[in-house]
Amino acid sequence: MADPLLRVDNLVRRFGGILATDNLSLEVPRGELHAIIGPNGAGKTTLISQLTGQLMPNSGTVHFAGRDITRLPSYRRSALGLARSFQITSLLKDFTAIDNVALAAQAHDGHSFRFWGDARKERHLRDAARAALERVGLAARADVLVSELSHGEQRELELAVALATKPQLLLLDEPMAGLGVTESARMVTLLKELRKEFTIVLVEHDMEAVFALADRITVLVYGRVIACDAPDAIRRHEEVKRAYLGEQHAVTRHGGQIG
Amino acid sequence: MKSKLNASNAVVAVVCAALVLLPIYSAATGNIFILTLLTRIIIFALAASSLNLIMGYGGMMSFGHAAYLGIGGYAVGILAAEDIGSGFIQWPVALAVSALFALVIGSLSLRTRGVYFIMITLAFAQMAYYVASALSRYGGDDGLTIYKRSTFDGLINLSDRTQFYYLCLGCLFGGIYLIWRIVNSRFGLVVQGVRSNEQRMQAIGFPAYRYRLTCFVIAGTICGLAGALLANNTDFVSPAVMYWTRSGDLMVMVILGGMGSLFGPLIGAIVYLVLEELLSQFTEYWALIMGPLLLLIVLFARGGIMGLLGRVRRG
Repeated sequence: MADPLLRVDNLVRRFGGILATDNLSLEVPRGELHAIIGPNGAGKTTLISQLTGQLMPNSGTVHFAGRDITRLPSYRRSALGLARSFQITSLLKDFTAIDNVALAAQAHDGHSFRFWGDARKERHLRDAARAALERVGLAARADVLVSELSHGEQRELELAVALATKPQLLLLDEPMAGLGVTESARMVTLLKELRKEFTIVLVEHDMEAVFALADRITVLVYGRVIACDAPDAIRRHEEVKRAYLGEQHAVTRHGGQIG
Repeated sequence: MKSKLNASNAVVAVVCAALVLLPIYSAATGNIFILTLLTRIIIFALAASSLNLIMGYGGMMSFGHAAYLGIGGYAVGILAAEDIGSGFIQWPVALAVSALFALVIGSLSLRTRGVYFIMITLAFAQMAYYVASALSRYGGDDGLTIYKRSTFDGLINLSDRTQFYYLCLGCLFGGIYLIWRIVNSRFGLVVQGVRSNEQRMQAIGFPAYRYRLTCFVIAGTICGLAGALLANNTDFVSPAVMYWTRSGDLMVMVILGGMGSLFGPLIGAIVYLVLEELLSQFTEYWALIMGPLLLLIVLFARGGIMGLLGRVRRG
């Protein structure tokens, strides 16, 4: 893999005296589903935010598709094909589901300094939005206000919004957070579909999902990478087991089911 | 906009029809006072509508919006004082200077949020107020009398009460139509999206600042037009039109009528200024009645009068 889609080199981010990202390096080749796991406070969301440009690193670089994007603002990264879903659902609450998605399509369809035509009547934006909604199984809820959607539906809508930006890389920050068993299962099925098409970086607490989906797993502890390997190897990794302590049980148990 | 038959649409339709027909009534009954009052109301409704564009749709709580009333007014007044009476020069200058002022204020204030934004817009408006007070050549504190209204090569006579009224009404309807188009355009959706969740809009690829700034300038320019009308209406412009209480009045009109509703500011301006007129006939403490009324609206009718009348459709 001469040219990984995403390459992170020696990334450092401090908050006061705390090292949230500690000299972190990471490579994600095209087509991979790369999971990032770690105990609470390991710096997973901090990492994602630096990848998408919401947060700037103190040092280190981020390369995306061969380009140095370390200092680019998030809207520029989005234009290059980097899409994120938020851990805490972050949608336009007073907009309908389809408006949320259509805006994402609009953002990648030329500039929006168009003041006269009715944007909700632009056929290709609506069609693109509808396609993305269909993809995540929300087509029937297109005209419902986001604030009236269920939590699970909002998580799916997050994905549809990311898809509508025609991304090369999907950064998914805990897409399963707060979902029930059936909803989680649906999300896993959906992610299995999406991974055929997109390179995905997945931050997730649901170990079962992670081990079922990931090609490779990076384990973060206190902002440091302590392991980066295929799921099977991670499962047997001594340091990972130790780091997880309480969660160790979960890792091995699910490992047993899958393996 | 889906046309729905509900109370708010019915009220808007009746009000608009009444505004169009008012000069006929005024001529028939010889009631000039009502025409004068409504001309003033319409001008303030235009100013409030422009504020609604940034405040209601854009989520930008500008507390300095009256500055543009003054800037538009002074552009007309100063040019008139320098013997440039043509509206074809005065008005474009009024709009351009307002736009420029909005660009400067906006590019600085829009880097801040919340209370800071309110305070910076307020500070700039107060600055404009004091600058105008210091213009001794143009009346300073006492204001500037405009001896001749803008001329438009015989196209329209602003000194004719009815013609001027219809000009103001045309500007108001034109302004509201423009805002309606903007709100539903690509640009308008982006601005409303940023009001709802700026981080999200950045993440899906919108440089939010540029869109907010453009919206801020558009609103300032429309309000500058209201300023040019106002100066012609009163034949006078003074620093007082820019004072912060004036900005407050505009905010009250928007909130009273319904933030983020297209005709809300018009309804708000009518209710506010008519109440002010009526109440001040009974007591000079009319604000004592207006205050609690506003409080009730804010507490119990978040969508203002339009919200009370029917479900407000944003856009």
